[in-house]
Amino acid sequence: MAQAFDASAQQSLLTARAEEALALAKRLGADAAEVGASVDQGLGVSVRLGEVETVELSRDQGIAVTLYVGQRKGSASSTDASSVSIQAVVEKALAIARYTGEDPASGLADPALMATELPDLKVHHPWALTTDEAIELALACEQAGRDVEGIYQSDGASLSSGEGVRVYANSHGFLGTQKGSRHSLSCMLIAQDAAGMQRDYDYTSARDPQALRDPAEVGREAATRTLRRLGAKRPPTGTFPVLFDPSLAGGLIGHLLGGLAGGALYRQASFLCDRLGTPLFPDWFSLEERPMEIGATASSPFDGEGVQTRNNRFIDQGAIASYMLSSYSARRLGMQTTGNAGGARNVRLNAPLQSRDSLLQEMGRGIWVTELMGQGVNGVTGDYSRGAAGFWVENGKVQYPVEEFTIAGNLERMFAGLVGVGDDTDTRGSVHTGSWLIDAMTVAGD
Amino acid sequence: MTAYKSDVDTAAAILLTPGGLDLDALETGLDYAMGAGIDYADLYFQRTWQEGWVLEDGEVKEASYNIDGGVGVRSLAGEKTGFAYSNQITADALIDTGRTAAGIVRSGKRLPGQVVHSVSALSRYVGVDPLAGLSADEKVAMLQQADRVARAADPSISQVSASLSGTYEVVLVRASDGTLAADIRPLVRFNVSVIAVKNGRRERGSAGGGGRYSMARLRDENVAEQYAKEAVRQALVNLEAIDAPAGQMPVVLASGWPGILLHEAVGHGLEGDFNRKGSSAFAGQMGQRVAAKGVTVVDDATLADCRGSMSVDDEGTPGQYTPLIEDGILTGYMQDKLNARLMGMAPTGNARRESFAHLPMPRMTNTVMLAGQDEPSDIIKSVKRGIYAVSFGGGQVDITSGKFVFSASEAYLIEDGKVTAPVKGATLIGNGPEAMGRVSMIGHDMALDTGIGVCGKEGQGVPVGVGQPTLKLDELTVGGTQS
Repeated sequence: MAQAFDASAQQSLLTARAEEALALAKRLGADAAEVGASVDQGLGVSVRLGEVETVELSRDQGIAVTLYVGQRKGSASSTDASSVSIQAVVEKALAIARYTGEDPASGLADPALMATELPDLKVHHPWALTTDEAIELALACEQAGRDVEGIYQSDGASLSSGEGVRVYANSHGFLGTQKGSRHSLSCMLIAQDAAGMQRDYDYTSARDPQALRDPAEVGREAATRTLRRLGAKRPPTGTFPVLFDPSLAGGLIGHLLGGLAGGALYRQASFLCDRLGTPLFPDWFSLEERPMEIGATASSPFDGEGVQTRNNRFIDQGAIASYMLSSYSARRLGMQTTGNAGGARNVRLNAPLQSRDSLLQEMGRGIWVTELMGQGVNGVTGDYSRGAAGFWVENGKVQYPVEEFTIAGNLERMFAGLVGVGDDTDTRGSVHTGSWLIDAMTVAGD
Repeated sequence: MTAYKSDVDTAAAILLTPGGLDLDALETGLDYAMGAGIDYADLYFQRTWQEGWVLEDGEVKEASYNIDGGVGVRSLAGEKTGFAYSNQITADALIDTGRTAAGIVRSGKRLPGQVVHSVSALSRYVGVDPLAGLSADEKVAMLQQADRVARAADPSISQVSASLSGTYEVVLVRASDGTLAADIRPLVRFNVSVIAVKNGRRERGSAGGGGRYSMARLRDENVAEQYAKEAVRQALVNLEAIDAPAGQMPVVLASGWPGILLHEAVGHGLEGDFNRKGSSAFAGQMGQRVAAKGVTVVDDATLADCRGSMSVDDEGTPGQYTPLIEDGILTGYMQDKLNARLMGMAPTGNARRESFAHLPMPRMTNTVMLAGQDEPSDIIKSVKRGIYAVSFGGGQVDITSGKFVFSASEAYLIEDGKVTAPVKGATLIGNGPEAMGRVSMIGHDMALDTGIGVCGKEGQGVPVGVGQPTLKLDELTVGGTQS
């Protein structure tokens, strides 16, 4: 890293700031308060056509205070964590709490639930990377992609490396801190034929730089993904099975979790209202989170309210086994928090896996979708309609690329129609899954 | 329209004075950013005050306030960009960030800075603090009014949420080409979202709007009542919606917010950076036909008080009216200084950045298709079987292949020239240049959207506006479930 970043010193500094804010909130009359503070520093470089395009040094910090006066709540935040600013933030949050309404469900999480097990989950792996080294890696990545025959233009390669510290403290006396890092390398390339240009990309991302894939492999994969799109046609309109690529299957899990989120449920804005305990997937499918996994993307021993995280099983043998709740949404629903303030952490599925070829065989005739576009998912009804690109499949064999079509259905029916899960697991994000084969969706094309 | 120059003094007092700086002190900062081999540098100072109030269950349960600010320093050498930022606006921070940004190249000639000149530009909005326009009690009262109106409008309404948000933003730009410019940008928005439940079906409706003015104007225009009623109307329509058809058919887009089609189908593809890099489906087509005759599209930062308007852009270039497509012919790109210089063109006032901590890029402001001659009712009558799309959620484009999508949140069937049953939200997909060639009728009813758009590009969000008249596309793919 070009700038020095002393994570331990930052941790002490943020801890002191958070304690200062809590003390101030109490002194000025708040009955309860919570503070989140963070600082992140990073280096980003991008190259294009063998030349450096940007070198960016980032350093972001922030402090956010939420306080309660009785059952009234006020929040304020700033990117300036100086004492003067903390005073202003606390005063503003208090001023706001004078105008918000009484909310019986508001307040900190139950003190008995505060995390007491706070192991080091090994998510901090700083990278002593100079700007020149970062540029070399990005150049190597792009060059490997451009060396592949048929690549005609490049949108460049980027490397980013960052680390940071976050602190969460509340007036129950809970204080949690975590140091973390994230490094990634990506490449986007362009190919052309008589019908026009196509682009695609690949990336690698990890908390530990040792876990990043070889830059040249990322560049070559970006080239392969780009070239295979040339000559795309439009698929026929009709009802067909659809195979979702792993990263897109992760998106389907995202829609599922969105429907299980307490905030959507108590607002009656979820397609999964009142469905706890009922079947949603085939019985061979289970889904859980593992927040304490060592070194994983979203590992944390405490949630956004200081509550001890735990291995929640959201889907058990096909049925909805748990919602995803914070203490606020839990109170609104008359339930207990599931330690999910801030979302799910390290989502893993439990299902028999098969190869992608075997899924294609099972599909027979249909579409293998490798890209989705737009936001056509209605979380209230589960109605699903999105733009897509991918490959037409006949007799279990990939025939030709397809584009400019939509796939549509309803999430509930899609989940019930899950036929199989691939062993091609994508481990880059917080949700790990392989491809998903869905039995039938409406395709609108030619 | 007020004269503009006084904004510089106001901005300097807000941004520089607290850290012990003044306008003269910026010369030193620029000197560091204009290191050896650097041919352009700029300092971008920004401070924002942001406030949001949220009502749920008839009560304002959440409100938040955020203060953000700092300086971003950028050094350019040919196509290279060095960038650093700090949330301290002090002499030390300027030196540190300047040195870091200039480190992009390490050798070359040291260029002298140009003589400073204050950019003169017309104000496209009044530089007020929009948050101060209403008292806290008045803000709460507006939200409660929206709740009452929505619940009274129909017994099927089970949930109402309403939000009021505002940002007061002050920016100052000082660049090595002599530019000294400032802008004071208010931005407010009011939103209502409802859930209607009837016969076991649950649907959402939402409406909102705003612009670059004080929160007081939202109250004076009674938007709480207006948007509450509109959200309820949309939810009730959706309760009756049948499955949408799947396949290719004529699509009529209503005036106003459906202009998001332009934003996705052509707007992004005409941003200077994509064309300089040759990655846009529109690259190299200047002067050629890219849309049907009669189609004229402009990017207009000068519209009074609009959400996407800018008196000066984030590089200090005055906001402009930029024709992009005239009578179907491609006539202009949207440019920032970097891409304009590299393409031998003039900047068009389209440089925008999410904040001081982000690099500027060519971005849209308010993207508008101008009115045509057709009677909107004739446009509907001309369709035997198709879709009439009135409101949309989001959209997206792949600028390289030209494929774009946008998702309807309120749409109807057209059967034998009449608007009939509402259909469930469906995604529409097309190819930008092809879709623009299939525009066959253009209404005389040009309308701007109500002020709700946020455009995302490379992870940066900026407020934008769109507008268009009622429009007919002879063929577009509709992504329903009824094949």
